[in-house]
Amino acid sequence: MKHFTEIGAYFLMLGQVFKRPTKRSVMKELILKEVEELILNSLGIVVFISFFVGGVVSIQTALNIDNPLIPDLLVGFATRQSVILEFAPTFISIIMAGKIGSFITSSIGSMRVTEQIDALEVMGINSLNYLVFPKIIALLFYPFVIGIAMFLGIFGGWIATVYGGFSSSAAFIEGVQSKFIPFHLIYAFIKSFVFAFILATVPSFKGYYMTGGALEVGKASTAAFVWTSVIIIIANYVITILLLS
Amino acid sequence: MIKVNHLNKQFGDTPILRDVSTAFERGKTNLIIGSSGSGKTVFLKCLLGLYRPDSGQILYSDKPFSKMDNNERKELRQKIGMVFQGGALFDSMTVEENVMFPLRMFTDQTEQEMIHSVNEVLSRVNLNNANKKFPSEISGGMQKRVAIARAIVNNPRYLFCDEPNSGLDPKTAMVIDNLIQEITQEYDITTIINTHDMNSVMEIGQNIVFLQYGKVAWEGNANTIFNADKQEVIDFVYSSNLFKKIREIQRSK
Repeated sequence: MKHFTEIGAYFLMLGQVFKRPTKRSVMKELILKEVEELILNSLGIVVFISFFVGGVVSIQTALNIDNPLIPDLLVGFATRQSVILEFAPTFISIIMAGKIGSFITSSIGSMRVTEQIDALEVMGINSLNYLVFPKIIALLFYPFVIGIAMFLGIFGGWIATVYGGFSSSAAFIEGVQSKFIPFHLIYAFIKSFVFAFILATVPSFKGYYMTGGALEVGKASTAAFVWTSVIIIIANYVITILLLS
Repeated sequence: MIKVNHLNKQFGDTPILRDVSTAFERGKTNLIIGSSGSGKTVFLKCLLGLYRPDSGQILYSDKPFSKMDNNERKELRQKIGMVFQGGALFDSMTVEENVMFPLRMFTDQTEQEMIHSVNEVLSRVNLNNANKKFPSEISGGMQKRVAIARAIVNNPRYLFCDEPNSGLDPKTAMVIDNLIQEITQEYDITTIINTHDMNSVMEIGQNIVFLQYGKVAWEGNANTIFNADKQEVIDFVYSSNLFKKIREIQRSK
């Protein structure tokens, strides 16, 4: 029952986010700040993880091919498919649920605890629009992060394969190019947009409606990570059924 | 002026405010006092519109808050300044940006005009050379001054203060009290202060509402509180060790 109440409260919150907009000049600044906080500051970890996980995916694939009838180009093919379809959009989003999600929850939660949200409301500002809307807009750039993750994942795979001596560069590149279905990219970016919305709103919900003190801010951050991850996994399953099956 | 008529509020089955009726006058420091759990904060939040009362009316300049439409409420809120117990300054903004915030949100002033207003109001609260500091870099007393500066920068008609002295040493507390009183008279605004600090009561209590168990148990001012006809008020006044000592000294004479 509690979960149904929370789901209802979440959708009511979304309704409020798009009402009574904040002054345009102020909102513009807030959006730019959020782009820096949520997108640009996440690039480092995304670059690092994508490169090495792409490398590991290609090494694992190469090590598991012991049948001489299977062509070497499978390494590039498998790396591309894994990275584009699942690793970049879903795995990176789970990591972002930890990084961005806990940041959003703890920053909004701290504002709640220290009455900063009350201060906004007393001034007649729609605090949900002021706090959450810029995050949603900033995360429209999230697919750009996923695009970088895709490129670096495949690039890491290529480096690991070629310099690890598992396959030739030509075979890897041929594998990456073979049987490419452009819709898979569209599917991955659709997923990224949905995950971006979840990443912006679920942690905001957890932070905005938390009660208590500093300890509860920590608990809310943990809950935000768990719930954001769960919802991303469920959304991933539903989108995959709808778009690929 | 703010009038309150038969205000009731309860959470679940627990009544917090019971038939509260009173008036807060313009140009005066109006104090809401009472022990912890007497309903002071809930009363203040009802006045601010953060809680919706179950019944009763709050009238701002004779206009019921409950009957105002969204635009009227928005307009009213822009005339309200609030000093929260902990200051509620925005952590991510400097002192200057905090004070500038209401101007940025509700006026079309240029950057230069806003900076001029901010400097003016910061010097009014005796806070100079802190413009570029963040709230975490200044003391509690300075944070309260910044909160007061932010509350008055947009020339409010109503000023609300929730325990403005909590966590401050007696000297700083007195400075803050006097500052609030001066601002109230200078700007001719309706100031409502939520406190249980007897020093504040004596210093700036021009109109006092004593709440007990969510009811208005007594109304008066700093001059009449010692002769209050309610035992609860007398008990509250002399719950302070300082006042207890003064009474003992007076009796021994």
